[in-house]
Amino acid sequence: MSATQVRVRPVVGPRVSGRTAGRRRAWWPYLFVLPAVAALGFGFVLPLLTVLRNSLYAGSVYQLEWVGLGNFSALFADDTFRTALANNLRLLLTVPLMTALALLVAVVLNDGIRGWRVYRTVTFLPYILPAVGIGVSFSVFLQLNGGLNGSLRAVGLDALARDWLGSPHWAIWSVAGVVVWQQLGFGVVLFLAALLSLPGEVTEAARVDGARWWTLQTRIHLPQIRGTIEFFVVTEAITVLSWVFAYVYVLTAGGPAHSSTVLEFYIWENGFAHGNVGLASAAAVVVLALAAILIAVYLRVRVRAANERAA
Amino acid sequence: MPARAAALPRQVLLAAIAVICLEPIVFVLMTSLKSADEYAVNRAGWPARPTLANYVEALAELPTLRWALNSALVTGGSVLISLVLAAPAAYAITFGEFHGRSLLLGANVGLIMVPPVVLVLPVFVVMVNLGLINNLLSLVILYSCLLVPFSVFFLCNFFRTIPAELAEAGAIDGAGPVQLLWRVVLPLSRPAMLTLAVVNAIWAWNELLIALVFIQNESRRTLMAGLSLLQGRYSTNQPLVLAVASLSMLPVALFYLFSQRSFVRGLTAGIGK
Repeated sequence: MSATQVRVRPVVGPRVSGRTAGRRRAWWPYLFVLPAVAALGFGFVLPLLTVLRNSLYAGSVYQLEWVGLGNFSALFADDTFRTALANNLRLLLTVPLMTALALLVAVVLNDGIRGWRVYRTVTFLPYILPAVGIGVSFSVFLQLNGGLNGSLRAVGLDALARDWLGSPHWAIWSVAGVVVWQQLGFGVVLFLAALLSLPGEVTEAARVDGARWWTLQTRIHLPQIRGTIEFFVVTEAITVLSWVFAYVYVLTAGGPAHSSTVLEFYIWENGFAHGNVGLASAAAVVVLALAAILIAVYLRVRVRAANERAA
Repeated sequence: MPARAAALPRQVLLAAIAVICLEPIVFVLMTSLKSADEYAVNRAGWPARPTLANYVEALAELPTLRWALNSALVTGGSVLISLVLAAPAAYAITFGEFHGRSLLLGANVGLIMVPPVVLVLPVFVVMVNLGLINNLLSLVILYSCLLVPFSVFFLCNFFRTIPAELAEAGAIDGAGPVQLLWRVVLPLSRPAMLTLAVVNAIWAWNELLIALVFIQNESRRTLMAGLSLLQGRYSTNQPLVLAVASLSMLPVALFYLFSQRSFVRGLTAGIGK
């Protein structure tokens, strides 16, 4: 198995210079990209500009009133917003955990352990399942009298059983657990694909030199897939900051008492349930700013990871 | 392969991970086979009297099938339209020469990770003005647009692996860019297009936020939106809700088990989405 069949080469100059040379300034490429550009304009550019503008206004969609940065000061004065932001930052803590765990599993699978394909299939399964289906399932599984506490009690771990979703202290961590549960397989498959495509000679040479298992992994294997690891870390950071609405919506609906709300949920609640477009847009701008920083990192990392693959 | 020492701890680790991955899924399937009465007294155990009654009720009395059909329509429509939008653009970016080419490619890569939550409010207003709220078309339109960046990026990566000679041979025969794309490049790209379609279909099938906001009419909801709202309404009949949850995951899971290669490839291709 390899994920490299789609090779990423840096785009340098025209691909088929001989063919295009005679037709410089050809009109057809503009025509070809027009529909896609229109779609990007409608789906991304226009909404992004609108959200930036709306963040400076208050009132309903139909009666907007200029308030400058008022929404932003209101935002940071709002306890619920601060909880949401803090919760997204808490979710960020899952990223190193997921990465380490996925690496461990991938490295072990890469050892050609018996049944590694089956394990890969099993760990990847949660990743492709719909977050809503997963969330609904876990909302029952994690109830006070649900499956998890039942299993814990059955094996004598009563002390660990708790009200996973109903306690303001635990709710966000339960959401975090579900996110890890679902995203882990993505890391495993990604890392395993990178490990399997490493040249065997380097590993052989290191082993001939007497490298032990741990040394082999940390000094030889992991440095070679560094780009892929960085890619995963950035992707997951963006995910937990701005793509977790479905989990929160079905697992806890932000409760109890807003204790597990996140930025996306806050935007949805203010924009659609409370009709407070200005506040929701300001919060969206905050999410966008956070995402933009990470996307900038993502662009750099992606190029590096791609080169690693192509090499 | 490397030293097989310490095989036992590794098998234990993998077995533990496998159990953790499967346990919640097994719980859902088990629970969906229990009657509400049995679930009240038997939460975590195997069903003593397994019954398909919840599935029958989910399909016959809840609008599950209607929702699934809506989801299928929206998924099919947006996957198709996004391909039609992205393929010519990717072709032009890979084989053509025009102002802003690398900017366009860069923009597509950057937009892949833009969170939908920042886009949904303004587009909602546009859809209201177009009279498309409560119309599945609103979802098809926005989903198609949101799938464009990844599709363009993915197809560019694939098109770049097509030998230039093939395209050149076509050009010498006097074929224009339209014929080259249609007769040479797309037929060669069938497996890649299929993989892309699979990845995009999962995204569209699983999407919640936009579906929840754009469609408020019960019978027009997508499966995910419908399922997410069932929970509160049937809080006394969890097995029924989990039967619908199982049904929502079933197509994706089956599809995955039968075409795993395509999934794994698609989701890690050109490294990930």
